[in-house]
Amino acid sequence: MSRPFARSLSQLARPLSQKPRQLLRRRHRDFSTSTPRHLMGMTGFTETQVTVREAVAAVCSRFPNTYWQEHDQSEQDPTEFHAALAKDGWLGIALPEELGGAGLGISEATIMMQTITESGAGMAGAQSIHANVYATQPLARFGTQEQLHRTIPNIISGQWRACFGVTEPNAGLDTLRLSTAAKVQPDGSYRITGQKIWITCAQVARKMILLARTTPRDEVRKPSEGLSLFCIDLDRTQPGLDMRRIKKMGGRAVDANEVWFDNYAVPADTLVGAEGEGFKIILHGMNAERCLLAGEALGLGYAALGKAAEYARGRVVFQRPIGQNQAVAHPLADAYMQLEAAKLATYHAARLYDASRSDATVQQDAVGVAANSAKYLAAEAAFTACERAVLAHGGMGYAVEFDVERYFRECLVPRIAPVSREMILNYISEKVLKLPRSY
Amino acid sequence: MRPSAVRLLNILVPVKRAVDYAVKIRVNPQQTGVDLNVKHSMNPFDEIAVEEAVRLRERLKDAVKSIKVVTIGPPKAAETLRTALAMGADSALHVEIPESAPAPEPLGVAQALRAIIQREKEGEGVDLVIMGKQAIDDDAGQTGQMLAGLLGWGQATFASKVDVDTSAKTATVMREIDGGSEEIRCRLPLVVTTDLRLNEPRYASLPNIMKAKKKPIEKFTAEDLGVDFTPRLETLKVTEPPTRVGGGKVESVDELVAKLKEAGFTAV
Repeated sequence: MSRPFARSLSQLARPLSQKPRQLLRRRHRDFSTSTPRHLMGMTGFTETQVTVREAVAAVCSRFPNTYWQEHDQSEQDPTEFHAALAKDGWLGIALPEELGGAGLGISEATIMMQTITESGAGMAGAQSIHANVYATQPLARFGTQEQLHRTIPNIISGQWRACFGVTEPNAGLDTLRLSTAAKVQPDGSYRITGQKIWITCAQVARKMILLARTTPRDEVRKPSEGLSLFCIDLDRTQPGLDMRRIKKMGGRAVDANEVWFDNYAVPADTLVGAEGEGFKIILHGMNAERCLLAGEALGLGYAALGKAAEYARGRVVFQRPIGQNQAVAHPLADAYMQLEAAKLATYHAARLYDASRSDATVQQDAVGVAANSAKYLAAEAAFTACERAVLAHGGMGYAVEFDVERYFRECLVPRIAPVSREMILNYISEKVLKLPRSY
Repeated sequence: MRPSAVRLLNILVPVKRAVDYAVKIRVNPQQTGVDLNVKHSMNPFDEIAVEEAVRLRERLKDAVKSIKVVTIGPPKAAETLRTALAMGADSALHVEIPESAPAPEPLGVAQALRAIIQREKEGEGVDLVIMGKQAIDDDAGQTGQMLAGLLGWGQATFASKVDVDTSAKTATVMREIDGGSEEIRCRLPLVVTTDLRLNEPRYASLPNIMKAKKKPIEKFTAEDLGVDFTPRLETLKVTEPPTRVGGGKVESVDELVAKLKEAGFTAV
């Protein structure tokens, strides 16, 4: 792409009368025009994936590390970043074409999310759009035509932002125990009461995709029944809605919240799909979310490793670059191999997920195993890469300016969410190895 | 006043696939050229040309009837055409040459473009060619001028501003020249070559990338066009520039003058 090229040349040339454009671009300390080389091997990706990667990277290049450092410190929402991606249609990557989306699959959405985190935007950048890409999937699949046409185009255009409301203080991994209740009223509308937690972007979101219980747990045959999915407005002027920001370790630019509903009224047409079918509906999106998270973790890992290798090449101690010492080099080389292996697992899972939509021979169980494994491996590989990147930087790794401390703080997210490492190990033990369930 | 018949504008934008501007190029071990096994993308000046064509359409609306892009290159150059289509071109022409063939030289390229334009005459014709002033790989900077010469058309090179009056069939072009800029008015048909400050190319949006996949790319061979890309130049040897040796510091002006004299420099 020629923009940075054009800029660097036009700055060398004679000044023009027009005012120089405000640049977000960071001034490099050296005069090299080379952008940092991407470490990830690109063999085996489809042409569409490569196109997505290049085009998204071009958008992200306008948001350098300094942008994310500042937003992380000031805890300010990266509104401009969300708007830039929305403007070029990226939020609709996996939404149907008839609603203004691109109709691509999770394989493409995953590489988009990876490209975002890898650009230096990290988990903050990913989370600022994550729910818009992923939580809209069940809506697109099960919503009525009217719901879709009213909501999806506004989310794709970036006018409305969406958040995903499932997790509760007493129902994290144990989703079926969630206690937020939606009580149907005589006129068919619902009143919602309960508490949600870790709701990313609730402060800036106009819509929430909400999972709530419409039939109490003791009145249904199976605990997975009686839950319903809603696509509701978060209207702060209405009574019964309150939210508070949670102070957190990483990704501080993006808000995470506790949200309270107290008899909050929502119209009947906010219900997505059939009443009581909510859990089945969101299950459809869960494997997709694992793939996206795996991609986000990978990007973070490659970004950290790239920084570490660059530093290890340039930093001279005892008259030699520190990267010449095997004690510095080998941990990085090892981290690279782990990332590459996790990459294969991730894009394998994404491919399976996409295939399962049209190919009945791809078992949902196989998709689940692949997606969970990918998330696990990518999160661990990212953690390894980020930690070693901080250590390779020595004292500088602790400084905000070198970015790796931010990546390190953020790389804990994919280890914890949307499902913990331990639960994935349980899942594989039980489903693949047929070992007795421990919980 | 008699309403003037608005002439519709057909624009042709030649584009080249070149080594990406951000890649640090290296001379190959045989010293016959540079290592081409690196990232390629559209020549930045050509990106500016595509952007200008798309902006002309945004300004002149329906008066711009078609924007065609053309490339001469190996099969992979189709990616470059897709990029141009995603930026807003309507259709593409690909003059395919074998991967192993030597890169065509400016005269060959200009002849091929002339053949394309003559072929287009059977259809809507071409009224305006917008192309990069040079490609960043060989930096020849000749093709636009040669093409205008071969066609007997006007040329406006190094454009920093382009205005087209479709009813008068003229274009007003601001050119970057040594020591300032020059404004010229030209009759269509015309060849315009772009300079850096003409515009800042857009990013291809996702919906446009998707649309570009469905736009037509027509393929040709050199024989189809009756042109010969055999090089007229022979590259004898390619070498890296010598490494620069660091300078030295002097204590005073007198010492500097002494050193300059020593090196053989004298005041004129």
